[in-house]
Amino acid sequence: MAVFEHGHRPYAGPLRPERWRFLILARYGFGEALRPRLLLLLFGLGCLLPLGWATIIYLRYNVTALQALAVDPSKLVQVDASFFYWFLNVESGIGVLLTAFIGPQLVSPDLAHGAIALYLSRPFSRREYVLGKLTVLLGLLSALTWVPALLLYFFQAGLAESGWLAANLRIAGAILAASLVWMLVLSLVALALSAWVKWRPVAGMMFLGLFVLGAAFGAVISGTFGTGWGHVFNLGLLLREVWSALFGLEPFGLPQRLPPLWAAWTALAAIAGAALLLLARRVRAIEVVR
Amino acid sequence: MSPPVVACENLEVRLGRQLVLRGLSAELEGRAIGLLGPNGAGKTTLLHTLLGFHRPSAGWVKVDGLDVAADARRVRERIGYMPENDGFVAAMAGIRFVRLMGELAGLPSAAALERAHEALYAVGLGEARYRPIGSYSLGMRQQAKLAQAIVHAPKLLLLDEPTNGLDPPARRRMLRLVRDIVEKGETRVILSSHLLRDVEECCDEVLVLKEGRIAVHCDLAEERRLNRRFLEVEAEGDAEALAAAATALGCECALVGRRLKLVLPEGVAVRDVYQAAARAEVELRRLAFRRDSLEDIFLKAMEAPDGGV
Repeated sequence: MAVFEHGHRPYAGPLRPERWRFLILARYGFGEALRPRLLLLLFGLGCLLPLGWATIIYLRYNVTALQALAVDPSKLVQVDASFFYWFLNVESGIGVLLTAFIGPQLVSPDLAHGAIALYLSRPFSRREYVLGKLTVLLGLLSALTWVPALLLYFFQAGLAESGWLAANLRIAGAILAASLVWMLVLSLVALALSAWVKWRPVAGMMFLGLFVLGAAFGAVISGTFGTGWGHVFNLGLLLREVWSALFGLEPFGLPQRLPPLWAAWTALAAIAGAALLLLARRVRAIEVVR
Repeated sequence: MSPPVVACENLEVRLGRQLVLRGLSAELEGRAIGLLGPNGAGKTTLLHTLLGFHRPSAGWVKVDGLDVAADARRVRERIGYMPENDGFVAAMAGIRFVRLMGELAGLPSAAALERAHEALYAVGLGEARYRPIGSYSLGMRQQAKLAQAIVHAPKLLLLDEPTNGLDPPARRRMLRLVRDIVEKGETRVILSSHLLRDVEECCDEVLVLKEGRIAVHCDLAEERRLNRRFLEVEAEGDAEALAAAATALGCECALVGRRLKLVLPEGVAVRDVYQAAARAEVELRRLAFRRDSLEDIFLKAMEAPDGGV
């Protein structure tokens, strides 16, 4: 029977398992997120960049190629913790731009015309809603950070002398932990902004502004009072300080006076917590005016 | 015996400091239940409570035998909800949105897509299903809301003002669709509306709310059967004389202004009323057979001082 001849009829088929239902929202979110070609291009660039880093690793172990290119092996970049630290730094730059464009379009369209009430009238909770939206950003950012970083790590381990993998396990852990912290903080902040700022370009600008204005404000406070504590407002700096510690590196390219490491962790947790609270206030089936 | 579609006992819901639902106790068993009441009576709050959006501050409410407060997720599996206000994602095509809603209700992806097509055809949006919902007219958005509410074949359909913004043909189609759903017998419907005619056309049970209390709960089908037919007459001239003449014919008679309600006994026909009017030199401006309508029931409920009849 043709579809237009079907009327309303009961459904007696199987149902999806509840546990993974948040992934439905994530799947639809991916589809919407990368629809603009510019974003697809940016994401593609982020996915292709690791090939350049893989070439560096490959060249280090290919004597023929080095001789052909007349490159002195001792002048090539060392593949160590700082190699992966800088890889994540470059990729995270692209990630911030992607999040600024994609984040604002995740929650605000649902709030604009009351779709949230329809989602939550299903067997689908607020937690699953946030998890579904978060998965969109976490998925995209993972494809730029820890996934290619770990592939490079194992590529290096495969080419290096035996024992490299065991000696550098900390790098793998640092890649995972640094990426996770960065992705969670960024995604939660972007979702919170999307929930509270209706106009997407403004939400995107505000997201980028958090980095720029936070850094400027932090620098002013620190400069005025001669302390490193002002930098707790500098989201980018906090993340880099935490990353440096995770990779076991001395902070590089950061101001001399920094907030203590525990303060950086606490500030990041507070930012993520505040973003979650803001999200929880907005993601409701109905708004009760008290 | 299957449990009532909705049962509540001493149900109270408080929003902030305001008590919105006040001690509702009822068992709703009809296939199509009309929820009536003036603005602010608590109709939408009751629907939201059935969905688990509000927790009762006292009492309980059950849907299909399941306590909403304790098992909201299971309850929502059984419910399709069409809200009064907007409910869509403007940039999404109708088919994509309805499919998403089907999947969130638990349908597998392929089944959700198939049923989304069917639901959109059923509500009359078949040709517009690939357009973004943001480009739909107000009436089409209402239809899209209904499509997402029925896509997963719920056991209970909550319709909050479903004919808002619809032109007459669309309204007729919407009510016909609701009747179709009811007649198939698989889905119960609770229709909240301020339009008595919508409820009268679709429902067999009515709950009238007033200031958060139940003013009337009646079986509309039973009321229709019990109500006697009467002749409503609008007279120009001495209506009291006509009333006296009609009483002399053996009619039960009630006079309100120039209007008379006459219950004709066996053997008395309309022609006799015409003749009585001619004898009393009264002009008849309008004459029609009627039954006590839902409007009468509603108005009586609203006029009762204690909030009920």
